[in-house]
Amino acid sequence: MAETVRETIKKIIRNHLKKKKGKVFGQCLTAVGWVGGTLPELYEKDGMIELSMADVAGGGIVTGSALMKNRPIYVIRYQGFNWYNAPMIVNYAAKSKEIWNTPCPVFVRGIGMEGAIGPVAGSSHHSLYFRMPGVKIVSPMTPGEYKKIYKSFMSEEEVYYVSEHRGSFNNKKELIDDITGTKDFVIIAISITRFQAIEAKKKLEKKGYKIGIIHILWIKPFKISKKALKCVSNSRFGGIIIDDDYVDGISNSLANKVNHLTNKKIFTMGLSDKSAGFHKKVDNLPPNADQISNKILGILNNAKK
Amino acid sequence: MDKKLRIKVFEKASLCRNFEINAFNYSKNRTIKIPIYLSAGQEFTPATLSTLIFNKKIKPLIFAQHRCHSTYLSFGGKIENLIVELLGNYRLSNTRGMGGSASIYSKEIKMYGHDGHMGTQVPIGIGACFTSRKPTIVFMGDASAEEDYVLGALGWASVKKLPILFIVEDNNLSILTEKKVRRNWHMHEVARSFKMRGYDLNDNPKEIYKYQKYFFKEPMLLNINTNRLFWHAGAGKDSDEIFDRYLNEKKYLGSIGERIDKKIKQKVDEIWRKQLEKL
Repeated sequence: MAETVRETIKKIIRNHLKKKKGKVFGQCLTAVGWVGGTLPELYEKDGMIELSMADVAGGGIVTGSALMKNRPIYVIRYQGFNWYNAPMIVNYAAKSKEIWNTPCPVFVRGIGMEGAIGPVAGSSHHSLYFRMPGVKIVSPMTPGEYKKIYKSFMSEEEVYYVSEHRGSFNNKKELIDDITGTKDFVIIAISITRFQAIEAKKKLEKKGYKIGIIHILWIKPFKISKKALKCVSNSRFGGIIIDDDYVDGISNSLANKVNHLTNKKIFTMGLSDKSAGFHKKVDNLPPNADQISNKILGILNNAKK
Repeated sequence: MDKKLRIKVFEKASLCRNFEINAFNYSKNRTIKIPIYLSAGQEFTPATLSTLIFNKKIKPLIFAQHRCHSTYLSFGGKIENLIVELLGNYRLSNTRGMGGSASIYSKEIKMYGHDGHMGTQVPIGIGACFTSRKPTIVFMGDASAEEDYVLGALGWASVKKLPILFIVEDNNLSILTEKKVRRNWHMHEVARSFKMRGYDLNDNPKEIYKYQKYFFKEPMLLNINTNRLFWHAGAGKDSDEIFDRYLNEKKYLGSIGERIDKKIKQKVDEIWRKQLEKL
């Protein structure tokens, strides 16, 4: 029977601690819920290390552990905490190999979610890592993708920022690109928006449009197949990058890249440029299927004029 | 502390002092073009610590930040490599020109590089010590010690009872802002409040010697009051009134001190000269 993303992560962590003798660091790991059920019930003697609530220092302690070739996994329960957790990861761990030829690989699990949880706990904040050299950024949403990126991390010497999302934890299915044939328009989706992008595609296809979809796992380095790029360049009206972060970061940057590679107009859509509140009227959620399809319809209508 | 040991410490301090005088001069005449952070005046802290620690047959992990030339030299770093680093030679430098004065790195002496953010070596050193369980020494300045993440990390090191020694090289200055302007508390008291040993002392080797029995048994912090002879960065002097431990020790050792200083000065000048020729 297929396993969920949650079960996959839990299994990987257990293996990392028990077989690889690695360490997992974080705050309040051994609390109720065990980080959305993604951690096995293990403790400090097993390598599950509770950090204090000193956020910035915690990232430094993990970096020091990585210097000792321990390949630590660093759990950040809400991606917004990265504003205080990331400084030493990006300024030391990520640069150590380049500056001192001393690898310092850390597997950072940044966990996104949203809905009535405010501006810090809400949404993905992966753009925060994007400008720094030495960091690889991935956003796995399926069991197969998660296994693939863990394997890749264990065979390399880099810092991985793994942009997770609680909305994917129950997912069992692999997500497949649709890049065959000539499309009117192509959706390039990142993180949790990939699920709503699939729904938006269905809505638009019902209206008679041919919509392609490209699922992005590798954000940095940005990995997109030649076939996928060809699908965009052969499309009638270009494409759109959808993200669970503000567009002034990864989305706009990748849109620029895809634009250069395909010579097509690439639009972006992500969080609104405002802080998230707690009431639903003032929340800031990632684009849903209706919003995505409406935005694309607008683009297509304009293009036809 | 017997005289033999004190002479040993002085020899190391002399190496550091004569190195720094050369660095000062070559910076002043622009042979060294990058910013440098001279440790002249503060040599006796690393010189004494390394002598005592090596006597115990311990080779600790070392974490430091800027103003660490004397740390590197005292713990056995190659003088030739440090010269190359300061001269920014891409081909010969340990870090291919990436390190500079503020980020000395040496695999041979287990000294880890620094990222440029003051005090980050404290949590990073603690993480390395926690995972490896190896004796670890972390140097910081009195200004770095004020970083919030330093304080949070010290608390965690205390909880985990790590074999770690924190050294605050307290020259009373953050660039030129005195400690009393910045805070009304003391690092050795902070350490004690975190339930670790914390002591306030000066950089007289005899003083530092008193605490060696506690090294690496559990976390301990020594706030060592010292003096920076030169500017925060670069080749300049803030005042001629600054107490100089090196001259004090040389005077105490009398003709032996004079002889050591002369001999080591010749040796260090010669190494600088040869390295400059090579480059």
